[in-house]
Amino acid sequence: MFCSPRQLKERGILGINRRNADFIMRYNPRRLFPLVDDKLKTKELALLHGIAVPDLLGVVEAQHQIKQLKAFLYKLDDFVIKPSHGCGGNGILVVTGRSGDSFRKAGGDVVNFDQVAHHVSNILSGMYSLGGVNDFAIIEYRVKFDPMFARISYQGVPDIRVIVFRGVPVAAMLRLPTRESEGKANLHQGAMGVGINIATGHSCGGVYHAHLCETHPDTGESTSTIQIPHWANILELAVKCSDSVGLGYLGVDIVMDQELGPLVLELNARPGLNVQIAIGEGLLNTLDHVKQLKNLPSSVEGRVDLAIALSHCEI
Amino acid sequence: MGNNAVRVWVCLLCVVGLSVCYYKTTVLGLPIKPQQDTEVWTVQAKINFVGDGGPAIFEFFLPNVIPGYLKLDEDFISGRFGLAVQDEGDNRKAQWAIRRARDMKSLYYRIAVARSSQSSGWQSHPQFPSSPEYPEPYASAIQSILDEARTASADVATYTMEILQQLNSPVPNENVELFRDHAGNSEQWVKEIINILSGVRIPARILWGIRTSDSSNHSQLEPLLQVHNGQEWLTFDPRTSERGIPLNFLSWNVGENPLYHLSGGKLVDIDFSVTKSYKEQIDVARSGARHADSIFTEFSLLALPVQSQNLYRLLLMVPIGVVIVVLMRTFVGISTFGTFMPILIALAFRETQLLWGVLLFSLIVAFGLMIRFYLERLMLLLIPRLASIVIIVVIIMLLISLVSNQMEAERLLSVALFPMVILAMTIERMSITWEENGPRDALLQGFGSLFVAILGYLAMTNEQLMYVMFVFPELLLVLLAVCLWAGRYNGYRVFELYRFREMKNIERD
Repeated sequence: MFCSPRQLKERGILGINRRNADFIMRYNPRRLFPLVDDKLKTKELALLHGIAVPDLLGVVEAQHQIKQLKAFLYKLDDFVIKPSHGCGGNGILVVTGRSGDSFRKAGGDVVNFDQVAHHVSNILSGMYSLGGVNDFAIIEYRVKFDPMFARISYQGVPDIRVIVFRGVPVAAMLRLPTRESEGKANLHQGAMGVGINIATGHSCGGVYHAHLCETHPDTGESTSTIQIPHWANILELAVKCSDSVGLGYLGVDIVMDQELGPLVLELNARPGLNVQIAIGEGLLNTLDHVKQLKNLPSSVEGRVDLAIALSHCEI
Repeated sequence: MGNNAVRVWVCLLCVVGLSVCYYKTTVLGLPIKPQQDTEVWTVQAKINFVGDGGPAIFEFFLPNVIPGYLKLDEDFISGRFGLAVQDEGDNRKAQWAIRRARDMKSLYYRIAVARSSQSSGWQSHPQFPSSPEYPEPYASAIQSILDEARTASADVATYTMEILQQLNSPVPNENVELFRDHAGNSEQWVKEIINILSGVRIPARILWGIRTSDSSNHSQLEPLLQVHNGQEWLTFDPRTSERGIPLNFLSWNVGENPLYHLSGGKLVDIDFSVTKSYKEQIDVARSGARHADSIFTEFSLLALPVQSQNLYRLLLMVPIGVVIVVLMRTFVGISTFGTFMPILIALAFRETQLLWGVLLFSLIVAFGLMIRFYLERLMLLLIPRLASIVIIVVIIMLLISLVSNQMEAERLLSVALFPMVILAMTIERMSITWEENGPRDALLQGFGSLFVAILGYLAMTNEQLMYVMFVFPELLLVLLAVCLWAGRYNGYRVFELYRFREMKNIERD
């Protein structure tokens, strides 16, 4: 039922206390947090550094702007509305198309404009933001995910979470939405995590509700034989994000668009620890190794190569 | 660098805290455990009045005969007032006088008593009252009450008891109801009874006193009924008909004369407070202060006014609760709503008692959640919605109070002691967690909060801990050290041992 602390230590598992005390506090300066907590700032920063992100279509900053929203949204075929300060994938509304005057959501439900307006108004009043402070609502391009993921996800958009430490990718997992997670790719809410070998981009292991698992709980498809396309590209993207934002311990969420390729969805300054169960291995050994390296390669390619060399995950 | 600095601070704080504590126990001889058998009650009356500018005289009844208690000490804080104390029948009276009274004046009277088995009684022999002429319909009602009681009694004591039982009967007849309608408060009720008793010429009077059941500020004097049987005064509780002075009743004065009389000024208020302490502790602190050779006794919390002592007793327990939250969150990994919300709930439990507290808390949060889910459908903005929840919580609390008052469940009246804003925030956060992370997370966090609140309550109401924190406040430094140390703890949490349980099934490389 339980692991002993010694067993966890032997497997190099990083705990919350240690992550907070030894990594987040040490490598992530507080003043940089707004860059990742505010998705609008993240987007600006990414564009500045030539990192591919979903297109920003519009921003709602104040309640009175909701009046003009109707005309704006009716011009779009599909879009995503999300809070600029949201966390855990909460408060995200995905509209895939129109049905008469109403909007069709990702799950197939139909909502009218008033409901969309209320959602935006909730976002603005800070319902989804950390600490309940006033927030902006972002309207952005809806990612059309690569068809290869259709068999292994239930609604929503699967994404790839890469943990980057001092600019070196140390672990990665594919996060697959399930019926239970309601299309969200957050493991905490019941999404499935599949470990990815940093060296090859091939899947290994898997976790669903803290249990080891190798098939998608809803579609029943095996998750052990996935090869992520554009893998080198994804690693480069993650390293670039880390360089541009300046946080030493960073989670980068990347989605695969069928036309545009890998796009950075958001950054996370306090990435969770479930990735360790997904890849079946603790992060601590790799992290400690990277921590002790004196001269890290300055080029993006150099650090991608280093990450591949450090990778241990068995196929 | 962080680690070393923290280590130094932790050691320093522990050493300072524990050595002051050690000094106080060994050199000053303060006991580590409270001595339960020698409870000392300190009752303090604080009088505030505003003088008119001319001469002012303030007369005030003092405790005189205190059956069941032994007077240990009393003192007056009179400022520039002249003080005279004199006996007046069964009462004792203090008279403060001053030539020119301007602005706000404060007078203090403090008495310390301990329980004792010594018996003392009132000496006065009253006149038999003359039988009054009652107007109708009271005359016939009184007559029938008296007649009924007479047939079922043998002497003054049983006669009084019979009358009281009739008047307090749970199914009152119409004669009794006539009187009940009239008696608004306890004092009027006792006066009614005295009036009835004078119909058969039994001498009766009011006995005023104060309850010592709990340490409390803003206590009130309460009336009891006394009748004279020819030899001595017998005491009855006018509401429960019980005979004798209750164990926790500290007699103050007798008769219908008002507690105070003020000329040359306007009374602002009289505030009674009661504190429980322990005899050894007090004696030691006193003798220490008399010699005044130690800075620690001079700066003892025991030297503060009684009201502030009660406040600090509570205040000093808050760090204990906070440390429990730290332990539960950092070492165990229990998640709660808000960081210190459980401690505020635990403080409310102090007043409501644990069982009722948990029950009321769950009840209010459950009701609140139901209404909150409905509000969700009305699509309100965040701040007005939060405000609505606060108002709804107050309404729920009000309803619970009214219903429980009807059911005569007095414990439930304490629902008013819950911090309603905290309850409203709990409901709001719980409903958001419910919607976003599902009922499982919401309930887990809800029960987590409740669990930590219960632990906090148990620790914060522990008599031994309360005593130790009050007498040895330097232990706060040790608590601070615990928090600093926990702040650098980077080991696993108990819940992580469960969370990563699958890892042991994976072979190591």
